[in-house]
Amino acid sequence: MNINQLTAREILDLIEKKKASPGEVYDSVLRQVKAADKEIHAYVRVHDAAGANSAGSPSVPVPIGIKDNICVTGVETTCCSRILQGFKPPYDATVIRKLKATGAVFVGTTNMDEFAFGSSTENSCYGPTRNPWDRSRVPGGSSGGSAAAVAGHEAIWALGSDTGGSIRQPAAFCGVVGLKPTYGRVSRYGLIAFASSLDQIGPITKDVTDSALLLGIIAGYDEYDSTSADVPVPDYTRALVNDVKGLRIGIPKEYFVEGIEAQVKRAVMASIDVLKKCGAVFEEVSLPHTEYAIAAYYIVATAEASSNLARYDGVQYGLRRQPKEERKSPLIDMYEETRDLGFGPEAKRRIMLGTYSLSSGYYDDYYLKGLKVRTLIKQDFDNVFRKCDAILTPTAPTTAFKIGEKSDDPLSMYLSDVYTISANLSGIPAISVPCGFSTEGLPVGLQVLAKPFAEETLFRVAYTYEQNTPWHKKRASL
Amino acid sequence: MTKPLKVITGDDVRYIAGLSRIHLQGDEIQQLTKNLEDILHYVHKLEKLDVHGVEPTSHVLPIHSVYREDHPRPSLKQDEATAGAVEARNGFFKVPKVI
Repeated sequence: MNINQLTAREILDLIEKKKASPGEVYDSVLRQVKAADKEIHAYVRVHDAAGANSAGSPSVPVPIGIKDNICVTGVETTCCSRILQGFKPPYDATVIRKLKATGAVFVGTTNMDEFAFGSSTENSCYGPTRNPWDRSRVPGGSSGGSAAAVAGHEAIWALGSDTGGSIRQPAAFCGVVGLKPTYGRVSRYGLIAFASSLDQIGPITKDVTDSALLLGIIAGYDEYDSTSADVPVPDYTRALVNDVKGLRIGIPKEYFVEGIEAQVKRAVMASIDVLKKCGAVFEEVSLPHTEYAIAAYYIVATAEASSNLARYDGVQYGLRRQPKEERKSPLIDMYEETRDLGFGPEAKRRIMLGTYSLSSGYYDDYYLKGLKVRTLIKQDFDNVFRKCDAILTPTAPTTAFKIGEKSDDPLSMYLSDVYTISANLSGIPAISVPCGFSTEGLPVGLQVLAKPFAEETLFRVAYTYEQNTPWHKKRASL
Repeated sequence: MTKPLKVITGDDVRYIAGLSRIHLQGDEIQQLTKNLEDILHYVHKLEKLDVHGVEPTSHVLPIHSVYREDHPRPSLKQDEATAGAVEARNGFFKVPKVI
């Protein structure tokens, strides 16, 4: 097997035994980027060797892909939007600072839906990313570039961000492991905001061991993010035990109704049997407000987005366009023209929807109502976690869909987030691990959810599942 | 009582676009009218839910105002802070004529 197909843990072992050097690992990954990325388009920017290496002591010199919404000093960071063209952050995001301290090797910046608005990576101003398992299909989104880079051996691991499933759904579609940590577990300082009460940065990796390793590097309290939680970071690798005996796992009945593909359901059901044989105890549970989650999410998330994106006004960074003829006033005309030119269709839809639900006369009916429904959804999880240690669900109702299949129908795209958004609304951690393949050879994802700050429970369940199944060893042929 | 669904018109979309500071052009108004109509129609299902007496959740963690000691510390220099601006002069952002 080529070095670029190995996990970070395997690579670190090789380096430790002097069977490979960090330079060889980087060269192997870069060779794959040059060979495959013309077709996959996981990256929007690839660094040269001088730009890739960080100065830190090389304890974890593993090549990583970084989503285009995480600030790296001096590296163009655009959220794959025209409105941020040319923006070079004057500071590092906290996760980048931590990675640099471990000698991380930065391969490049990965593609995403503009401002993380989407579930397919088709809404990027640089054009779509293709799924390494089937190049006519999407990699999922919005962290589709990060997931495709890992699945396509163009990075050993990657960082994504997850506001409604943007790490987990692309991980499921690309057959890799994606973790959304508890809200507050990882600093958001330097993550360009989409919806501040929902956003979290997290790892996309080839297996659960790497997920635990990478979370251990990036997690922790940060005084620069007042929403980060001052909770000690455990050694997550100690949670990697092949044992779920006596663990109580809930299966929410509302997640297995209409809309789920038969092959996805079959793979998830089979995974329940695997964990049962390992000693986990399953019971059916109810999350009664599930059917309202998407509606509440798209109100809350777009309201926050419309506010966060107000800063793109052609003044502090990025694009500026002045119309030839005066309409309102030179300043207002510049704002309006810049924002019309700079934002793509989905960004405009979400800004407009958010502005509408926050506007006078509609605030109580939409935004406030959304926040109240959010309370009910959170209470659903609180109730289940009183008797269960974890919840098991599919990550997405389908396998990867075709490029262009949903791009003309925003609502049907929103509905594809049905299983992932509740974790963001309630702040709990969730992981997606590969749990099989469809007859077309497309990966299926299994989602495990746990209580706030119980990432160790996620790792324990996911690791046990992984050790008793072959899926994480499959590699896309590229 | 369930409130009737409000119909979104082109004028509504133009009004929201003004609030959003986006100058919509061509068939964007027609397209967004349809998109918003579809999405709000879907969101209308929340009307079925009784949320009387439910507290809103704007934030999931029990964190409130976070303070730190008010000591000055190193920060970006003026030229670094304005380095990304389309137009800057003497350390200030330059904007089109306001008055």
